[in-house]
Amino acid sequence: MGNFYRRRPIWSLIIAVAVAIVLWMVFAPWPEGLVDTLGRKKIFLNAVFGGITLGALYFLVASGFTLIFGLMRNVNLAHGSLYLLGGYIGYEVSDATGSWLLAFPVVFILVAGLGLVLQNQVFRRMEGEELRQTMVTIGLSVVIADIMLWIWGGQSYTILSPEWLSGPAELPIISTIKSNGEAVYLRYPAVRIAILVAAIVIGLAMWLVLNKSRLGMLIRAGVDDREMLAASGVRIQYVFLAVFAFGAGLAGMAGIVGGTFQSLSPGEDTRFLLASLVVVIVGGMGSIPGAAIGAAVIGLSEQIGLVYAPTYSVVFTFLIMAAVLAFRPQGLLGTVR
Amino acid sequence: MALVERSTPYYVPWVERIPPQWWAVALLLLIMPAIANDFILFQVFGWTFLLGMIALSLMFLAGYGGMVSLIQMSVAALGGYMVAIFGTSGVESISMGLPWWLYIPVAVVIAAIFGTIVGALAVRTEGIYTIMITLAIASAFFYFTRQNYGIFNGYSGFNLVVPPQLFGVDWRQAVPFYYLSLGCATLSYLAVVYVSRSPFGLALQGVRDNPRRMAALGFNVTAHRIAAYTFASVIAAFGGILLVWQNAQISPGTAGIPAVIDILVIAVVGGVRRPIGPFIGALIYTVLRTFSPDILTGFGMSGERFKLLIGLGFLAVVFFSPDGVLGLWVRWRNRKTRNRDPLTGAVK
Repeated sequence: MGNFYRRRPIWSLIIAVAVAIVLWMVFAPWPEGLVDTLGRKKIFLNAVFGGITLGALYFLVASGFTLIFGLMRNVNLAHGSLYLLGGYIGYEVSDATGSWLLAFPVVFILVAGLGLVLQNQVFRRMEGEELRQTMVTIGLSVVIADIMLWIWGGQSYTILSPEWLSGPAELPIISTIKSNGEAVYLRYPAVRIAILVAAIVIGLAMWLVLNKSRLGMLIRAGVDDREMLAASGVRIQYVFLAVFAFGAGLAGMAGIVGGTFQSLSPGEDTRFLLASLVVVIVGGMGSIPGAAIGAAVIGLSEQIGLVYAPTYSVVFTFLIMAAVLAFRPQGLLGTVR
Repeated sequence: MALVERSTPYYVPWVERIPPQWWAVALLLLIMPAIANDFILFQVFGWTFLLGMIALSLMFLAGYGGMVSLIQMSVAALGGYMVAIFGTSGVESISMGLPWWLYIPVAVVIAAIFGTIVGALAVRTEGIYTIMITLAIASAFFYFTRQNYGIFNGYSGFNLVVPPQLFGVDWRQAVPFYYLSLGCATLSYLAVVYVSRSPFGLALQGVRDNPRRMAALGFNVTAHRIAAYTFASVIAAFGGILLVWQNAQISPGTAGIPAVIDILVIAVVGGVRRPIGPFIGALIYTVLRTFSPDILTGFGMSGERFKLLIGLGFLAVVFFSPDGVLGLWVRWRNRKTRNRDPLTGAVK
């Protein structure tokens, strides 16, 4: 990364200019001409922030998916079901105890436990048989989805956010300047800022664990060469179990987050499964930074598309995916093995 | 002068090469309208044949090409949509009302072009990536049709799409529709069998088994795979046209994610090794879907739980027999022959 600008000077310049334009559009008050073409700055900023927050949620779901795939080559198409299950359990817990924060550890432990069972009972039996894993997890997601429909019914649930996170927060970003010269600052729901911060913290923590700790070393070695790692005496099944449980628990916690700032209903599982698929295809399979970039790109394109071309915002996402596949099939940050 | 005497001659008339069981099945299917009532003919067998055709196109790609494509339902739905758009429907502002001999070929060609484009994108990837990409494109198709009101009429789709009144027959009546779908299913089955034995089909199976060797032999691997998508799309498009006539309507939900998964379930449960598998899978699926509410309520459960039944059945099949119900049968038959003495044929 350090000598990126030396190897690719033109690309570095383009990226720098793009970043500068985005920063200017975010922080500076807009001139009249820009307002005429793009609408009010507040709308644009809301779309951008909404996109980044949505990207943060996608990242929480997709990072577990990509980690599991990268390490074990396990294709877990029931990942979206874990997300929705986590959301429902989180709703029940926070509804029963009245504590939003308590829901996170409970859901993490329960869904991670389900992940342990999945890895130990399902995936270990069919290691390396990707197609069979796909079929079995598709079957599992159908079954889990129907059981959840049985228990929680077809209506949609929203998890109430706690007092200290409800209401808007004021950001140090000027949205407009009134005629009397007074600056109006952008207001944005506090809970979404919390989600964004949490996703960044989790992403950084994952990066630190992966790159700076002994466990991370084992995982990275497993990604590169599983047989060699097992041959050198590491009990790789335990590493697998830990990673699978962590990825599943993360998806479950993302369910609470998604249930708080969106809603939970049948069908959300496939939506988030597809979102994670697209995110990891765009970002590159098995790469955490790739998942972050992919999630940001998909979240932004979805929200900005929703504001400026509401009819086809969903299609943009898939156009981006098709473009990435056509020109860089391994994903933006993926490596060819 | 022949050095080796063969007990059977090289050329057997084709009638004798078909085992008697097949003749029995064919005869049974032909006289079915005399046995079964209209509900069975239309709802069970109609659905079996058309879902079987769509799953057959998946079986062709997965079994002979080694590419599990989840786009087949979308291709079929596009064919159905094109029939509604170019033919007649209840939405007169969009439908063009062309004659049947024009809109059917146009629909098939457009669906085949779509399938080919998706195939060209999907063959850049392998194995599980193909599943993911085709699943993602299939859901893009679903969302696009739901959002687009100019062509696909958005959420509500098209209603009153009926087959043309050809030769003075109402093809949506139970018996004519049964024979129509039976004929289409038979033709597509024979087409798949024929293509699988043609040079193209053999080359495709070679590509499935070892793409590098086939490339070294001078075969264009990518072109073979894309051509397989085109052929499968044509079959799926005919299945989709039958589907829209059966339903008399088409909407985005026709090609929603659950429907896409259902096609995979049907093909896998039936078995993707042989072209007859998808039809067996479709029959099981349709029978379960039609009668499971009654059975479930009989056991005191809600009739809506049929998805659970299907899912559990699918899980059991993929868990215990990766090549479907047909695989179970083949294994059972092998076990029976293994118990026989190889010389005398007597059961040990």
